[in-house]
Amino acid sequence: MMKDPFGGIILNIAFRVLVPFSIVYAVYVLIFGEISPGGGFQAGVALSVGVVFSRLILGEDAPFNISGASALILAGIGTFIFVFTGWISVLTGGHFLDYGKLPLRMEHVNEIHAMGILSIEVGVTLCVMATVITILDAIVKRSDDNGSA
Amino acid sequence: MRGLVTILLAVLTGVFCTVVSFLPPIGSQDSAPNTHITPVYISQSEKDTGSPNVVTGTLADYRGFDTMWETSVMFLSGLTVVLILNKSTVGRRPEKEDDYE
Repeated sequence: MMKDPFGGIILNIAFRVLVPFSIVYAVYVLIFGEISPGGGFQAGVALSVGVVFSRLILGEDAPFNISGASALILAGIGTFIFVFTGWISVLTGGHFLDYGKLPLRMEHVNEIHAMGILSIEVGVTLCVMATVITILDAIVKRSDDNGSA
Repeated sequence: MRGLVTILLAVLTGVFCTVVSFLPPIGSQDSAPNTHITPVYISQSEKDTGSPNVVTGTLADYRGFDTMWETSVMFLSGLTVVLILNKSTVGRRPEKEDDYE
Protein backbone atom coordinates (compact mmCIF):
# COMPACT_ATOMS: atom_id res chain seq x y z
CA MET A 1 0.00 0.00 0.00
CA MET A 2 2.65 2.48 0.98
CA LYS A 3 5.16 1.40 -1.62
CA ASP A 4 2.88 2.87 -4.26
CA PRO A 5 1.68 6.38 -3.54
CA PHE A 6 -2.03 6.91 -3.87
CA GLY A 7 -1.88 10.64 -4.43
CA GLY A 8 -3.39 11.99 -7.61
CA ILE A 9 -2.65 15.48 -8.86
CA ILE A 10 -5.06 17.07 -6.37
CA LEU A 11 -3.46 15.40 -3.36
CA ASN A 12 0.02 16.19 -4.64
CA ILE A 13 -0.80 19.89 -4.92
CA ALA A 14 -2.59 19.95 -1.56
CA PHE A 15 0.34 18.16 0.03
CA ARG A 16 2.69 20.92 -1.04
CA VAL A 17 0.56 23.36 0.97
CA LEU A 18 -0.31 21.18 3.95
CA VAL A 19 2.98 19.58 4.93
CA PRO A 20 5.17 22.70 5.26
CA PHE A 21 2.43 24.39 7.27
CA SER A 22 2.06 21.50 9.68
CA ILE A 23 5.82 21.22 10.15
CA VAL A 24 6.26 24.97 10.72
CA TYR A 25 3.30 24.91 13.12
CA ALA A 26 4.85 22.00 14.99
CA VAL A 27 8.12 23.88 15.44
CA TYR A 28 6.13 26.93 16.60
CA VAL A 29 4.24 24.84 19.15
CA LEU A 30 7.53 23.38 20.37
CA ILE A 31 9.42 26.68 20.73
CA PHE A 32 6.49 28.64 22.17
CA GLY A 33 5.34 25.80 24.39
CA GLU A 34 6.77 27.60 27.39
CA ILE A 35 4.79 30.79 27.02
CA SER A 36 1.62 29.58 25.32
CA PRO A 37 -0.47 26.42 25.25
CA GLY A 38 1.50 23.64 23.65
CA GLY A 39 4.61 21.68 24.32
CA GLY A 40 6.56 18.63 23.36
CA PHE A 41 3.78 16.08 23.06
CA GLN A 42 1.60 18.21 20.80
CA ALA A 43 4.56 19.34 18.69
CA GLY A 44 5.62 15.74 18.19
CA VAL A 45 2.19 14.74 16.95
CA ALA A 46 2.01 17.74 14.57
CA LEU A 47 5.46 16.92 13.19
CA SER A 48 4.53 13.30 12.66
CA VAL A 49 1.40 14.41 10.81
CA GLY A 50 3.66 16.15 8.30
CA VAL A 51 5.79 13.07 7.79
CA VAL A 52 2.80 10.72 7.63
CA PHE A 53 1.05 12.93 5.06
CA SER A 54 4.08 13.04 2.82
CA ARG A 55 4.47 9.29 3.19
CA LEU A 56 0.84 8.57 2.38
CA ILE A 57 0.70 10.76 -0.68
CA LEU A 58 4.16 10.51 -2.22
CA GLY A 59 5.09 6.96 -1.18
CA GLU A 60 8.48 5.66 -0.17
CA ASP A 61 10.52 8.35 -1.96
CA ALA A 62 8.82 11.24 -0.20
CA PRO A 63 11.13 14.13 0.77
CA PHE A 64 10.34 13.93 4.50
CA ASN A 65 10.30 10.18 4.67
CA ILE A 66 11.74 8.52 7.77
CA SER A 67 11.98 4.76 7.65
CA GLY A 68 10.78 2.62 10.53
CA ALA A 69 14.22 1.54 11.73
CA SER A 70 15.64 5.05 11.86
CA ALA A 71 12.41 6.29 13.46
CA LEU A 72 12.90 3.81 16.29
CA ILE A 73 16.48 5.06 16.74
CA LEU A 74 15.16 8.65 16.75
CA ALA A 75 12.68 7.76 19.48
CA GLY A 76 15.52 6.37 21.56
CA ILE A 77 17.57 9.50 20.93
CA GLY A 78 14.65 11.67 22.07
CA THR A 79 14.31 9.76 25.32
CA PHE A 80 18.08 9.93 25.75
CA ILE A 81 18.08 13.74 25.35
CA PHE A 82 15.55 14.00 28.17
CA VAL A 83 17.48 11.74 30.55
CA PHE A 84 20.82 13.27 29.56
CA THR A 85 19.54 16.73 30.48
CA GLY A 86 18.76 15.32 33.89
CA TRP A 87 22.19 13.76 34.26
CA ILE A 88 24.03 16.95 33.22
CA SER A 89 22.60 18.71 36.25
CA VAL A 90 23.69 15.78 38.41
CA LEU A 91 27.23 16.03 37.03
CA THR A 92 27.39 19.75 37.79
CA GLY A 93 26.40 19.24 41.39
CA GLY A 94 22.63 19.46 41.52
CA HIS A 95 19.76 17.06 41.80
CA PHE A 96 18.41 15.01 38.91
CA LEU A 97 16.56 17.31 36.47
CA ASP A 98 17.57 20.35 38.51
CA TYR A 99 17.66 22.82 35.61
CA GLY A 100 19.18 25.62 37.64
CA LYS A 101 22.49 23.74 37.70
CA LEU A 102 22.83 23.40 33.92
CA PRO A 103 26.21 24.74 32.71
CA LEU A 104 24.84 27.79 30.92
CA ARG A 105 25.82 31.43 31.29
CA MET A 106 22.68 33.46 31.81
CA GLU A 107 21.68 36.35 33.96
CA HIS A 108 18.82 34.77 35.84
CA VAL A 109 18.38 31.27 37.10
CA ASN A 110 14.90 31.06 35.66
CA GLU A 111 16.27 31.63 32.14
CA ILE A 112 18.45 28.56 32.60
CA HIS A 113 15.33 26.77 33.78
CA ALA A 114 13.58 27.83 30.56
CA MET A 115 16.45 26.47 28.45
CA GLY A 116 16.32 23.19 30.35
CA ILE A 117 12.57 22.95 29.75
CA LEU A 118 13.14 23.63 26.05
CA SER A 119 15.80 20.91 25.93
CA ILE A 120 13.57 18.25 27.43
CA GLU A 121 10.68 19.36 25.20
CA VAL A 122 12.90 18.71 22.17
CA GLY A 123 13.50 15.22 23.51
CA VAL A 124 9.80 14.61 24.06
CA THR A 125 9.01 15.92 20.57
CA LEU A 126 11.52 13.59 18.90
CA CYS A 127 10.25 10.63 20.88
CA VAL A 128 6.55 11.22 20.15
CA MET A 129 7.13 11.94 16.44
CA ALA A 130 9.30 8.88 15.94
CA THR A 131 6.92 6.65 17.90
CA VAL A 132 3.95 7.60 15.72
CA ILE A 133 5.99 7.00 12.57
CA THR A 134 7.25 3.69 13.95
CA ILE A 135 3.74 2.44 14.66
CA LEU A 136 2.56 3.50 11.19
CA ASP A 137 5.54 1.80 9.59
CA ALA A 138 5.01 -1.45 11.49
CA ILE A 139 1.32 -1.59 10.53
CA VAL A 140 2.06 -0.76 6.90
CA LYS A 141 4.83 -3.33 6.67
CA ARG A 142 2.56 -6.01 8.09
CA SER A 143 -0.23 -5.25 5.64
CA ASP A 144 2.28 -5.25 2.77
CA ASP A 145 3.59 -8.65 3.82
CA ASN A 146 0.11 -10.12 4.05
CA GLY A 147 -0.80 -8.75 0.64
CA SER A 148 -4.09 -7.50 2.05
CA ALA A 149 -3.55 -3.95 0.87
CA MET B 1 -21.99 -17.01 42.85
CA ARG B 2 -23.61 -14.74 40.31
CA GLY B 3 -26.06 -13.54 42.91
CA LEU B 4 -23.19 -12.76 45.25
CA VAL B 5 -21.41 -10.77 42.54
CA THR B 6 -24.61 -8.86 41.79
CA ILE B 7 -25.13 -7.97 45.44
CA LEU B 8 -21.48 -6.96 45.81
CA LEU B 9 -21.65 -4.73 42.74
CA ALA B 10 -24.89 -3.14 43.95
CA VAL B 11 -23.39 -2.41 47.36
CA LEU B 12 -20.23 -0.97 45.79
CA THR B 13 -22.25 1.23 43.46
CA GLY B 14 -24.28 2.47 46.41
CA VAL B 15 -21.11 3.28 48.35
CA PHE B 16 -19.61 5.14 45.40
CA CYS B 17 -22.77 7.18 44.85
CA THR B 18 -22.91 8.05 48.55
CA VAL B 19 -19.28 9.10 48.65
CA VAL B 20 -19.67 11.30 45.58
CA SER B 21 -22.23 13.40 47.40
CA PHE B 22 -19.64 14.14 50.13
CA LEU B 23 -17.02 15.42 47.68
CA PRO B 24 -16.32 19.16 47.74
CA PRO B 25 -17.80 21.09 44.82
CA ILE B 26 -15.59 21.56 41.78
CA GLY B 27 -13.47 24.69 42.14
CA SER B 28 -13.97 24.91 45.89
CA GLN B 29 -11.24 26.89 47.62
CA ASP B 30 -11.30 24.67 50.70
CA SER B 31 -10.80 21.32 48.97
CA ALA B 32 -7.63 19.41 49.80
CA PRO B 33 -5.75 19.87 46.51
CA ASN B 34 -6.50 23.59 46.42
CA THR B 35 -5.10 24.25 49.88
CA HIS B 36 -1.96 22.12 49.93
CA ILE B 37 0.57 22.75 47.13
CA THR B 38 -1.41 24.24 44.24
CA PRO B 39 -1.33 27.87 45.46
CA VAL B 40 2.46 27.62 45.80
CA TYR B 41 2.81 26.32 42.25
CA ILE B 42 0.53 28.99 40.83
CA SER B 43 2.17 31.88 42.64
CA GLN B 44 5.82 30.74 42.36
CA SER B 45 5.77 29.08 38.94
CA GLU B 46 7.09 31.96 36.85
CA LYS B 47 9.79 32.88 39.34
CA ASP B 48 10.94 29.28 39.83
CA THR B 49 10.76 27.84 36.34
CA GLY B 50 11.19 30.84 34.03
CA SER B 51 8.12 29.78 32.10
CA PRO B 52 5.08 32.06 32.10
CA ASN B 53 2.93 29.02 31.39
CA VAL B 54 1.97 27.32 34.65
CA VAL B 55 1.13 24.06 32.92
CA THR B 56 4.53 23.81 31.26
CA GLY B 57 6.28 24.82 34.46
CA THR B 58 4.50 22.12 36.42
CA LEU B 59 4.85 19.46 33.74
CA ALA B 60 8.49 19.97 32.89
CA ASP B 61 10.02 21.40 36.02
CA TYR B 62 8.12 20.55 39.21
CA ARG B 63 7.07 17.20 37.79
CA GLY B 64 9.98 16.57 35.44
CA PHE B 65 10.60 13.06 36.72
CA ASP B 66 7.03 12.09 35.93
CA THR B 67 7.32 13.48 32.41
CA MET B 68 10.57 11.59 31.88
CA TRP B 69 8.88 8.28 32.58
CA GLU B 70 5.93 9.28 30.40
CA THR B 71 8.38 9.71 27.55
CA SER B 72 9.93 6.35 28.35
CA VAL B 73 6.49 4.74 28.30
CA MET B 74 5.89 6.30 24.89
CA PHE B 75 9.18 4.91 23.57
CA LEU B 76 8.51 1.48 25.04
CA SER B 77 5.01 1.36 23.56
CA GLY B 78 6.41 2.09 20.09
CA LEU B 79 9.07 -0.57 20.57
CA THR B 80 6.46 -3.09 21.71
CA VAL B 81 4.20 -2.41 18.74
CA VAL B 82 7.13 -3.00 16.37
CA LEU B 83 8.11 -6.21 18.14
CA ILE B 84 4.55 -7.54 18.06
CA LEU B 85 3.69 -6.53 14.51
CA ASN B 86 6.96 -7.33 12.75
CA LYS B 87 7.18 -10.82 11.40
CA SER B 88 10.57 -11.53 12.85
CA THR B 89 11.69 -14.72 14.51
CA VAL B 90 13.36 -12.91 17.37
CA GLY B 91 12.34 -14.48 20.63
CA ARG B 92 10.16 -17.06 18.94
CA ARG B 93 10.53 -20.76 19.52
CA PRO B 94 11.52 -22.62 16.36
CA GLU B 95 8.82 -24.97 15.14
CA LYS B 96 11.13 -27.53 13.58
CA GLU B 97 14.64 -28.74 14.20
CA ASP B 98 15.71 -27.26 10.83
CA ASP B 99 15.18 -23.75 12.13
CA TYR B 100 18.23 -24.03 14.30
CA GLU B 101 20.51 -24.09 11.27
